[in-house]
Amino acid sequence: MSVLETVLDPEIPVVSIVDLGIVRGVRSDPPAVLITPTYTGCPATLAIEMAVRSALDEAGFGGVAIETVLSPPWSTEWISERGRAQLLAYGIAPPSGGAAKPGLRDHAAVACPRCGSHHTEEVSRFGSTPCKAQWRCLNCLEPFDRFKCH
Amino acid sequence: MRDDNALFEYALRLGDDSLILGQRLGEWCGHAPVLEVDLSLANFALDLIGQATLFLGVAGAVEGKGRDADRLAFHRDVLAFRNCLLVEQPNGDFAQTIARQFLFSTAQVALFDGLTASAEPRLAEIAAKAVKEVRYHAELAADWVIRLGDGTEESRTRMVDGIDWFWRFVDEMFEMDATERKLAAEGIAVDRSTLRAGFDAQVNAVMHEATLPLPEYPRPVLGGRRGHHSEHLGHLLATMQFLPRTYPNAVW
Repeated sequence: MSVLETVLDPEIPVVSIVDLGIVRGVRSDPPAVLITPTYTGCPATLAIEMAVRSALDEAGFGGVAIETVLSPPWSTEWISERGRAQLLAYGIAPPSGGAAKPGLRDHAAVACPRCGSHHTEEVSRFGSTPCKAQWRCLNCLEPFDRFKCH
Repeated sequence: MRDDNALFEYALRLGDDSLILGQRLGEWCGHAPVLEVDLSLANFALDLIGQATLFLGVAGAVEGKGRDADRLAFHRDVLAFRNCLLVEQPNGDFAQTIARQFLFSTAQVALFDGLTASAEPRLAEIAAKAVKEVRYHAELAADWVIRLGDGTEESRTRMVDGIDWFWRFVDEMFEMDATERKLAAEGIAVDRSTLRAGFDAQVNAVMHEATLPLPEYPRPVLGGRRGHHSEHLGHLLATMQFLPRTYPNAVW
């Protein structure tokens, strides 16, 4: 597990894949690391697998397999408190509270990661990666990424 | 006894719907009317291709002939594709693309909601994963139907035309045949015919908000599930399959 904590997300290189909730756990017999994709089409999934592979190899765990598990599906609830704090420090508004509800309209006030103002608006539901939306702060006028509740 | 042929067929249908629509939406990349829409449609395409990879992976495993998702996507001819006709239709203008997306995603949310209870765990877990993404698609597409329908005279005309054109392909998304009836009886497939009333209610509500008239249902166009496709699919596959077929062992 401590080896995996050194593997950072390729798209958000300040948060480890453990803190993002991508690592589901490790199994001892036969040895395997269980990982789960955030979004089904997330292109980072392959990059993450390669990064895990090389981290394991370097730490001398060459025989450990990497298995993908889909169930239960990943949601933003899997992101740790530390992960949320790291996202915020990196300039990405972390998802607020629980996973998205079927209604999905998450119009709850989102704090700007730069100035902290709640006077913000959504610009686009889709952003630079599948997991983020584009927002804009109406106070400091800076655009920012928001990790979507999912 | 479990019928692996039927399950293979069903997984192909699910995977091909997502694959072909994902490929179509990819054509918008860099061409959408505004940046926000460009990002949205590219994200939809990505989600759909992710679903296709998983469903076709199941199909290949069930078939047991060593074909993986890539093999099924890139080395199958047009007659072997099992997607519905709606998804292979050309993008047309933006309103047509939105009409197609709205009808498809609204139906797909209902289908995946049902599929999460499938007796086949591999399908159930893909559906549970993907349904959260597809809800975004349905919601964004509905927003645009309303914005264009209740917009200018020009946008409204185009939205009416878009819905009108794609309306004929709706029935096929709810078509049941012997294969799916058998799987539905076993609790593996969703009985698509039971989803129709909910679909109609949702579509009617959005159309009402968009101040758009409901078109009459024309004679439905069917055949995709049996491999009877429009000529558009062949052209799409020619583009999509060119590289892996020309350089069969190409890797990234």
